[in-house]
Amino acid sequence: MHALEEIRERARAAAAKPALYGADLDPCEYTAEAGECGYVESLDQLEELGAEELARAGVEISGKERSGSYVQIDGSVVHSKALEKGLEVLGCREALEKYDWLWDYYWNAVAVDADKYTADVELNPFEGYFMRAMPGSRTIYPLQACLYMREPRFVQRVHNIIIAEEGSELHIITGCASKHDIEAGLHLGVSEFYVKRNAKLTFTMVHSWAEGMDVRPRSAVVVEEGGLFMNNYIAMEAVRSLQTYPTCRLVGEGATARFNSIMVAQPGSELDVGSRVVLGAPGCSAEIISRAVTRGGNIVARGHLKGETGGIRAHLECHGLILEEGGAILAVPELEGHHPDVDMSHEAAVGKIAQQEVEYLMSRGLSEEEATAAIVRGFLNVKIEGLPPRLEQEMKRMMEMSRRKAL
Amino acid sequence: MGDPEKERDAMLELRDLAVAVDGRQILSGIDLEIGYGETHVLFGPNGSGKTTLLMALMGFPRYQVTGGAIKLNGEDITSLPPDERARRGIGMMYQRPPTVRGVSLRQMVSISSRDDLDVASLAGEMNLEEFLERDVNHGFSGGEIKRSELLQLQAQNPDLVLLDEPESGVDMENLQLVGRAIRRLLQKDLVRRRSKSGLIITHTGYILDYVEADHGHVLCNGTIVCSGNPREQLEGIRRYGFEECATCTR
Repeated sequence: MHALEEIRERARAAAAKPALYGADLDPCEYTAEAGECGYVESLDQLEELGAEELARAGVEISGKERSGSYVQIDGSVVHSKALEKGLEVLGCREALEKYDWLWDYYWNAVAVDADKYTADVELNPFEGYFMRAMPGSRTIYPLQACLYMREPRFVQRVHNIIIAEEGSELHIITGCASKHDIEAGLHLGVSEFYVKRNAKLTFTMVHSWAEGMDVRPRSAVVVEEGGLFMNNYIAMEAVRSLQTYPTCRLVGEGATARFNSIMVAQPGSELDVGSRVVLGAPGCSAEIISRAVTRGGNIVARGHLKGETGGIRAHLECHGLILEEGGAILAVPELEGHHPDVDMSHEAAVGKIAQQEVEYLMSRGLSEEEATAAIVRGFLNVKIEGLPPRLEQEMKRMMEMSRRKAL
Repeated sequence: MGDPEKERDAMLELRDLAVAVDGRQILSGIDLEIGYGETHVLFGPNGSGKTTLLMALMGFPRYQVTGGAIKLNGEDITSLPPDERARRGIGMMYQRPPTVRGVSLRQMVSISSRDDLDVASLAGEMNLEEFLERDVNHGFSGGEIKRSELLQLQAQNPDLVLLDEPESGVDMENLQLVGRAIRRLLQKDLVRRRSKSGLIITHTGYILDYVEADHGHVLCNGTIVCSGNPREQLEGIRRYGFEECATCTR
C-alpha cells in the first residue's frame, strides 16, 4: 500500500500538469455521474443498450468468432468474459483486488504523473479491463473490448492492463465509441501493455466518437526478448479533439513493434496522433506507418524512433493527403540514434491527390468522383503484415465500415 | 463533313483539330479518319505532338481542343471527359502511366473490365499473375508496364485502341508477347469481321514487325505532313530522317 500512496502522491502533484500536445482540457468541467448499467451475462442482451452503436465500433454482438469480450458503458462494466482456455478477461479493479502481483504492472508502463489526464484517472473512480493470455496459450479468435459513452458531458476514466505471457499469442479488437448525438464528453483511457518473452500481441482499435467528444488515450507498451507488439489504430470519424502518443519500449533482444495509424480528420476535428518506439536492445526492429487524410480538419501526425543501442532497424512513414481546403496536416517524423550501428530511416509526404492518377483511372472508365474515392481508399489501405488471416479480414471489414462513414 | 454515309464509315474522325497544352498551341489543322477495322501508325520526331494527340483523343483536361472536332462513330465527343470516352469504346495504353499506391493491378483490371472475366487467366497470358496484388505500376519494369497496360486494355476491350510507343523499353522476348496482345486487341486474326481500330505511336517501327498497319502518318511540328503506306514511310524516315518529311514533295 505504500507504493499506492506514492502513486497517489505523484498523481496529486501532476493534477494540473498540462499535456505536451493537444488542447488543454479540464476534466472537472465534465460530469462523473452516469446512470448505472446492469451486468449482462450474454452479449445479445446488449441490444437494449443501443447495441447498434457498439456494432458501429466494430463489436461483434453475437460474440461469434471472438474468444471473449469486455464491454463498458459510461462507468459501468456490463460484460466481461473469456470463452477460451488460457485467456482471462476481468474488470481492471476486480483484477487488482484478485491479484496482488498485478500491482507491479499498475502504472508501470505509463507514468501516472505524465500529465493531468493520467493523474485524473488515478485520482478518481475508474473502470477498464484486464486481459491476459496465459503462458504458451494461442487463440484462434480475438478478444474484443468496447468502451462506450452515452451520458452527455460524461468523463469516462479507463485504466486497462493487458498482459501477453511468455510464448503466448493474443489478438485484441477494440472499439471506442459514443452515442452520436451527445454534444460533449471526455474519454481518458490509460492502457498498459506487457508483451513477455516470445509473445505476440496485436491490438486493433477503431474509434467512432461523436463530433463533440474530446479523447485523450494514454498508452505504453513494454516488449521483452523476441516479443512482437502490433498496433493498428483507425480513427476516421468526426471527433472534436483527439491527442495520443503511445510509447513502446523494446527492452529485450529481437523484440519488434509495428504501429499502423489510419486517420481521417473531418471538418472541425483536431487530431494529434503519434507513435514512439524506443529500441533498447540489439536485434530489435520497429516500423511506424501513418496515413492521414483531411477533409477539412487538422492533423498532426507524429512519429519518433529512438535507437539506444546498436544492431537495430527502424523505419517511419508519414503520408498525408489533403482533400479539402481549410484542412492542414503537419507530419513530424523524428529519428534519434545513440549508437553508430543503428539503421533508421523515414519518409514523409503531404499533398493533394495527383490529378494524373485520377485521370488514369478515369481513362479506364471511372467517373472523377469514383476515381478519387478509389485513390483515397487505396491511400488508406495500409497492408498490415502479421495478422492471422481471419483477423486481417475482420480488420479490412472494420476499416471499410469506418471509411464508408467517413468519406 | 456533311455526308452521313461517310460519317458512319469512320470510327474516328478528326477535322481541322487544334490542341493547346497549358496555353501553348501544340497541334493544328489535324485531319484524320480511321475506319472500322483499320490500324493507323503515327510517326514523328520527339516533341512533334504525337502523345499530345493521343491525350487529346482520350480527353484529358490539360490537352485543350482549341479548334475543330473529334467524332467517334459519328458522335461529337470533343467535350466529353475521359471516362465517358472510355465508356464509348476508346482505350489507351500509356507510355508512362502513374503509380497508384493502394490500388492493385487486379483492381485496375476489374475497373477496366466491361464484362465479367477471368482475371487470373488473362493475367497468366501476359505473365502477370504475380503482379495482380501489387500496387499498379509500382516498381514495374518497362516491359512489365507495357504488359500491365495491355492486360487492362484487354479487360476493357475497347473499339478504338490508342497505343503510345508500345515497344519502348521492351526487350525482344517481351516484344513478341506485346505484339501478340496488340494483335488480339485489334482482331488481326479476323479479316471480314474485324471491327476494332487502332492508332499506334511508334518511334522505331519495330512494332510493325508484329502488327500490320493500314495507314501511316507523319507528324511534324504539330501537323500531319504526310499520310500513306506505313512501310514506305518508315523506310523513308530511316533513310532521310524526319527533316525530309517536312519538305518532301514525292
